[in-house]
Amino acid sequence: MNLSQERAPVLEALNRYKAMRVVPFDVPGHKRGKGNRELTDFLGEKCLTVDVNSMKPLDNLCHPVSVIKEAEELAAEAFGAKHAFFMVNGTTSAVQSMVMSACKRGEKIIMPRNVHRSAINALILSGAIPIYVNPGVNHELGISLGMSVADVKQAILENPDAKAVLINNPTYYGICSNLKAITELAHQHNMLVLVDEAHGTHFYFGEGLPASAMSVGADMAAVSMHKSGGSLTQSSLLLVNGLSEGYVRQIINLTQTTSGSYLLISSLDISRRNLALRGRAIFEKVAQMAEYARAEINQIGGYYAYGRELINGDSIYDFDRTKLSVLTRDIGLAGIEVYDILRDEYDIQIEFGDIGNILAYLSIGDRIMDLERLVSALSEIKRRYAKDRTGMLSQEYIRPEVILAPQEAFYAASESTRLEDSLGRICGEFVMCYPPGIPILAPGEKVTAKVLEYIQYAKEKGCFLTGTQDSHVNAIQTVKE
Amino acid sequence: MDLWFTEKHTDNVKLSIKVDRQVYSAQSEFQRIDIFDSLEFGRFLTLDGYMMLTEKDEFIYHEMIVHVPMAILPQVNKVLVIGGGDGGAVRELVRYPEIQQIDLVEIDAQVIEACKKYLPQTAAKLDDPRVTIHEADGLKFVRSKKDEYDLIIVDSTDPFGPGEGLFTKEFYGNCFKALTETGAMVNQHESPFYPVDAIAMQRAHKRIVDSFPISRVYQAHIPTYPSGHWLFGFASKHYHPLQDFDAQKWKARNLKTRYYNDKIHVGAFALPNYVKLLLEEME
Repeated sequence: MNLSQERAPVLEALNRYKAMRVVPFDVPGHKRGKGNRELTDFLGEKCLTVDVNSMKPLDNLCHPVSVIKEAEELAAEAFGAKHAFFMVNGTTSAVQSMVMSACKRGEKIIMPRNVHRSAINALILSGAIPIYVNPGVNHELGISLGMSVADVKQAILENPDAKAVLINNPTYYGICSNLKAITELAHQHNMLVLVDEAHGTHFYFGEGLPASAMSVGADMAAVSMHKSGGSLTQSSLLLVNGLSEGYVRQIINLTQTTSGSYLLISSLDISRRNLALRGRAIFEKVAQMAEYARAEINQIGGYYAYGRELINGDSIYDFDRTKLSVLTRDIGLAGIEVYDILRDEYDIQIEFGDIGNILAYLSIGDRIMDLERLVSALSEIKRRYAKDRTGMLSQEYIRPEVILAPQEAFYAASESTRLEDSLGRICGEFVMCYPPGIPILAPGEKVTAKVLEYIQYAKEKGCFLTGTQDSHVNAIQTVKE
Repeated sequence: MDLWFTEKHTDNVKLSIKVDRQVYSAQSEFQRIDIFDSLEFGRFLTLDGYMMLTEKDEFIYHEMIVHVPMAILPQVNKVLVIGGGDGGAVRELVRYPEIQQIDLVEIDAQVIEACKKYLPQTAAKLDDPRVTIHEADGLKFVRSKKDEYDLIIVDSTDPFGPGEGLFTKEFYGNCFKALTETGAMVNQHESPFYPVDAIAMQRAHKRIVDSFPISRVYQAHIPTYPSGHWLFGFASKHYHPLQDFDAQKWKARNLKTRYYNDKIHVGAFALPNYVKLLLEEME
């Protein structure tokens, strides 16, 4: 097969299928929407008519042989991978499939601690053992950075039996490690390289953007097409270079639905085509909008919208210039406070606010006039709310003290413990702010005074804490002693 | 030939004006611009199909958006007009000799060009030496200004399309900052009558009330706007629109006007009960 990138095999098959006016005596039971008028009125008839089941003309996501296979091959070509899997259970399932394909129970995986919860969830499912590399920290911004090559090298030398290295490319804030050097280093020691590219879809298409996983020869990458790629929420790609396609598919099928949504599958197909044909121009425009907004925000004063000037050759090896992250602490407001004011008072919803920063997510859907609103609102927030910054906590990276493997701790007998009584105990669950979903505590880690202080501060500032059985996060599960 | 311009005022109400001929039509970067000649209203300008002004009734809008604040504020030297590319507000402003500087910020240069060429009735004074035209986004322009203008006139289109940034809280807050200690802002405040317009009007009022210590709404009758009943906002840091209105001083200027006079000034701030209710809900 040698289809051109202008084709969209799943889209074309769905259009053919619609034209055949097939009488459905199969699932889904809404029967092209006719059986659920309220849903059809809300979502639209066009949408419901393609919410269909796997069948011969439309292929099957669990075992593709025709149009989905062709669409996956086109995606692989567009992303420069040997194979691409369409994923419909989110990038979470792509990250988990990556980890479970590389590591079996008891095997080691080297990763930075500032990973998304999905990576540590994968360790609970698989029983793999994390070897954490402490990320670099920028004390002014209070954010975790990439991994330095020397730190990864040390971890590799100390753990020559590790099976894989997992890398964020980039972090939520747009920061990249030296992906090429780490990949070469890992390969020299016969380790696989797995890359979480939840925020890196555009690296495959834009110019002047950081290197993508496939371009440096990494073995697998989890790519959130639904973020910068424009596909529907929950649709994602798993790219594979080095491993057996058949084995990886078996791993994916352990947890992925057998009723893959054609809304999600077709959105991947259509978005891939769009990126392959127009991605370069699209991301150039997004990058220009981000640069413009950065310059305007920095002119206000008090805010720091950071960019490529942060690059230091190691823990900030590269910076994604399409990202718009802003340090707010110098106007005396936590990022989460600015995030709340923007929404409550100015009808502007941004991606997230943490202790010291906000992140506005830019995409091709944005207009300059909307950016003007964001910049003007930030200017107003400074005028109306700026206060002295003393007493504000800087968001420090807290070095975890890992006592037990995540799987062992998660499944161990545990008990609900009030936060104030939990000092020194081993945590049996996650505690994190969402977004960004990077655990403050993961199963198997010791509860320290620093961690407790951080949780208390995040709660006071209005961060949305999740992960615990107790929905108010007043108590956490700790391993019974 | 039976050629009509029709604008939907609601899903169920239309206003149609018989067109003699179309004079101009263009798609700018921001919107579609059309100019027509009609028998009843003379020449008229529409943006994206919405009526902006007609030669017949534009005097009402432009007199009311300029002379009301000029009769309240004792000393106006520097004025910012946001929107208003047709030049109507500027035409009224240049009649005041004490005004030394008028900055006109219009996002769409093509509107200015078209009006200069085809609507000299409103645009003729855009060449006055006191006027500087800035082709820029109003929200962006005003962001960097501080303590600079005695009067800001927001002569915007509706709160959807290119004008939507001019109905936001951040914009009104930026205007507050751009005004001098005793400055005031006047804005096109939509209509209270049809529900969709009334909601936009209420939202604008809420945001202005949040930003300024003094905020009053006044009204005028504009035949070609939806329902004909139109509102303006007067938001001020110091001067009150009625207590600080100096009727004698304004009359002494001997300015000839067709709609505005000192009695209208006071009467325009007297609002129908249903409008008062809509506004009070937001205060």
